[in-house]
Amino acid sequence: MSDKILKELTLKIWRQKDAKAKGGFETYKIRDISGGTSFLEMLDILNEQLVGENKEPVAFDHDCREGICGMCSLFINGRAHGPDDEVTTCQLHLRRFKDGETITIEPWRSGAFPVIKDLIVDRKAFEKIQQAGGYVSVTTGGVPDGNAIPVPSEKAEEAMDAAACIGCGACVATCKNSSAMLFVAAKVSQLALLPQGKIEAARRAKAMVAKMDELGFGNCTNTGACESECPKKISIEHIARLNREYLKAKLQE
Amino acid sequence: MNSFITSSIGKKAIMGVSGFFLVSFLCVHLTANLMIVADSSGETFNEVCHFMATNPIVRVIEPVLALGFLLHIALASWLTLQNRAARPVKYARSNQSGNASWASRNMYILGALILVFLLLHLWNFWWKIKFAGDPLLAQTEVDGTLMENTYALVSGLFKTSVAYCVLYILGGILLGLHLTHGFGAAFQSVGLSNRVWRKRWAVLGVLFAVVIAAGFSIIPVYFLLGLG
Repeated sequence: MSDKILKELTLKIWRQKDAKAKGGFETYKIRDISGGTSFLEMLDILNEQLVGENKEPVAFDHDCREGICGMCSLFINGRAHGPDDEVTTCQLHLRRFKDGETITIEPWRSGAFPVIKDLIVDRKAFEKIQQAGGYVSVTTGGVPDGNAIPVPSEKAEEAMDAAACIGCGACVATCKNSSAMLFVAAKVSQLALLPQGKIEAARRAKAMVAKMDELGFGNCTNTGACESECPKKISIEHIARLNREYLKAKLQE
Repeated sequence: MNSFITSSIGKKAIMGVSGFFLVSFLCVHLTANLMIVADSSGETFNEVCHFMATNPIVRVIEPVLALGFLLHIALASWLTLQNRAARPVKYARSNQSGNASWASRNMYILGALILVFLLLHLWNFWWKIKFAGDPLLAQTEVDGTLMENTYALVSGLFKTSVAYCVLYILGGILLGLHLTHGFGAAFQSVGLSNRVWRKRWAVLGVLFAVVIAAGFSIIPVYFLLGLG
């Protein structure tokens, strides 16, 4: 079965020369494009067009285009990663749009994620949070036996669910408060649930939350919007665990 | 410990705990109110009010309750200001109504409206009972004890003003809406939630919100229907 051809799409894209420049929307037309084209391929085609017209191509983030690297972003028609659930922008296809539709494409909007150029935002804030404590300290020595530390299967499953976070920032982009709680909760949970991570759990929770607050993300107000737009379906149950871990750590002080 | 109050999770935990405290107050308040409907002579309600006005434990808790309200309001304002500042450039197009409930997105506005109602409510009753006085409050005798006729003050307001009846019903509904999100969110904020309990809190939250909204609305409706 071949894909339908969309005769015309209108793209309203945020253009911004650099971090300091004042940005604005530009409108572009894409004609006779297959519904089987991925969203990022459509932007590639648009950029070919722009280069041909001697215009500056649209800058956007992308890497693996397989939905696992967390590099692509884009706020498409008011939704992080577009209208599909549980996929990243690179896995979104034009068959999800109607012929003649106007598609609004914006960068992630958050004070902690400043725009670098056009649709690319600086997500180093996530790395700074990770560096504050999102790891397990490992001292050198022999490789430990795989089964030496027993892990209950349901804990392993929960930890794995949290570890599915690809750090794309859709939670921050979606949250009305630009809160990074779902991201931090996933990173704290994946380690707090396992015996290897438990040892540093208190220090980790305190350090990562302190870094998150310092970087200017908003506060979680439990609306649950983040989990509904997360491409990896990370649950806000992990936020409850982060709250628990943090309060426990603070009480132990 | 000093970084607790400034941390995002610390602030939210205090929001939750003060919320629980205010919820427990609502339960006591509603129970007392229902005496208006349960006994149309007003004697039971007057006795409850007299107990509240004279019991030393209740006297001690009253300023604590005021503090609970102030803490809840102050932290809500602080959180809201920070949250608004966290996104300096807004989206041209967003789907907020599609991914979160209306109440959860408008807790501060709901809270502010409830505060306006609360001030009106304090002026209607608390202020008159405590300070200003009112001819309707003339002493009455219940089981040999002299006490203020609080029932006359309350029934007097609702019997003479349809506008106040409507305002009080509206107050109950606003409180209910605030609780549809607030009840479950308080448990989430103090970490008392997981895969199983989040569904239970959500259901209990809606049930509790309905009980509070309907419970407080019963009194003005009762007088609107001419039953009191």
